[in-house]
Amino acid sequence: MGEVMLSVEALDVTFRRGGDTVRAVRGVSFGVARGESFGIVGESGSGKSTVLRAICGLAPTSAGTIRLKGQPLPDPRPAAFFRAVQMVFQDPYASLHPRHTVDRVLSEPLAIHGFDRREERIEGALRDVGLGPDFRFRYPHQLSGGQRQRVAVARALILEPEVLLLDEPTSALDASIQAEVLNLLDRLRAEHGLTYVMVSHDLAVVAHMCDRLIVMQHGAAVEELTRAALSAHRAETDYTKKLLSASEGYTPA
Amino acid sequence: MTRRDWLLSDQPASRSQARLGQAFRTWLAFRSNWLAMVGLGIVVLLILVALGANLIAPHDPLLGGDLRTERFLPPLTEGHLLGTDDLARDIFSRIVHGSRLTLMVVVLVAVIATPIGLLVGTTAGYFGGWIDTVLMRLTDIFLAFPRLILALAFVAALGPGIENAIIAIAITSWPPYARLARAETLTIRDSDFINAARLQGASSARILWGHVTPLCLSSVIIRVTLDMAGIILTAAGLGFLGLGAQPPQPEWGAMIAAGRRFLIDQWWVATMPGIAIFIVSLGFNLLGDGLRDVLDPKARK
Repeated sequence: MGEVMLSVEALDVTFRRGGDTVRAVRGVSFGVARGESFGIVGESGSGKSTVLRAICGLAPTSAGTIRLKGQPLPDPRPAAFFRAVQMVFQDPYASLHPRHTVDRVLSEPLAIHGFDRREERIEGALRDVGLGPDFRFRYPHQLSGGQRQRVAVARALILEPEVLLLDEPTSALDASIQAEVLNLLDRLRAEHGLTYVMVSHDLAVVAHMCDRLIVMQHGAAVEELTRAALSAHRAETDYTKKLLSASEGYTPA
Repeated sequence: MTRRDWLLSDQPASRSQARLGQAFRTWLAFRSNWLAMVGLGIVVLLILVALGANLIAPHDPLLGGDLRTERFLPPLTEGHLLGTDDLARDIFSRIVHGSRLTLMVVVLVAVIATPIGLLVGTTAGYFGGWIDTVLMRLTDIFLAFPRLILALAFVAALGPGIENAIIAIAITSWPPYARLARAETLTIRDSDFINAARLQGASSARILWGHVTPLCLSSVIIRVTLDMAGIILTAAGLGFLGLGAQPPQPEWGAMIAAGRRFLIDQWWVATMPGIAIFIVSLGFNLLGDGLRDVLDPKARK
């Protein structure tokens, strides 16, 4: 493994509301090398999205450390963190502000971080994600689901981050658009030298995108696999085997 | 390309075209509701009358005519469309000039109360915790004041007058807007687009102003418009009690109060300003209903 970009050590996330405590993540550890694509797989409620949110500071870290390039991250996250790490959300219908044009969505982060050459950057970001300048002044309701997710990817990329956190970026899209967006993400990673951490419940998607992955169940990481081990079905725990056979679909008895 | 096509284009070429197009779509939806258009017409008419009061009114609103021959002239008398009152003043001219006072009350209350309510509500909803508790208990305290009683206390302390009445009405009308804005903020503060803004390093002030407020604004505007009728009635009520506008100002509520002594024999003196209050209140209510149909995203299908 090359230089470690992002590392998570013994991460615990506990939500408290009233008298209830929910331990959403229990002692999860992993490291992601620069330029690597890392997957987190698990069923709904396994805490995989919460890991991403904890990395961004959107979920409270109750124990463990998260390091970016070896430096522990302070809470709240500093502005430099947001320039280095960005996130693409699951549902493109919920992640774009309904009253903001694409132009506003893309220019706001540039204004916050005081970037120069804004016009060029906005046009470049739209071109990068395969949307023409025609789309620049549209509102989200004038875009399809796939186009919205492209805008969300452009928003994440416009600050030129090194790490992109992908929270099931294609699960809200239909199959043909899924492939398009996945290919787009693959191409962008190659072009910009990005590091990906991708969460998905779909093993096929993760097998396509990721070099390594962990499998999560009930908030804990049960197994770490490489892509080769995954495609050869060399899983060690029962849960992963079950997940693997489930992903192959219905098999007649 | 016609102007309409330009506005409705799916591929706007500039920021202003996108914004104008959005406004035009809202207008098209609004225009298809004829009751809302009637409401808008009444409100526009009120504004025009207030602006051009000096040109429209045939007589002086404060100086009456000959007290021996021109008192209590009935409506449709020559030269006095709505008749004259006990001091031989032309009622039509007084109503026309009174529209200025009504409009002033409505505009000032909206300008004072709406921003306070929005600010308190969005701040409380967005930050939560003890900030929410403190701000909302403060709101509850203001909500507990009966509007007229507080106005009475205010006027007793500061002296009667339309300005003090406006301040009293504004102070008692922001709490419902704060509650509304807080409720709206609670539904969107954990949404992904707000999280996305946080992840871009946006400050709380930027998120509140640029992301949360625009989404709360439409429901607050609807509520303010619907409340306008109540505000006009409260102002008229204060005038009626002699605590708002002072004689000889032609305030509609005060005109009704002055005319009630002659209600049996000279019914028009109190009735005409009453009709004016009724029409303007109705106009604001219709306008508010129409705005709700257009602006409230939840009411749509």
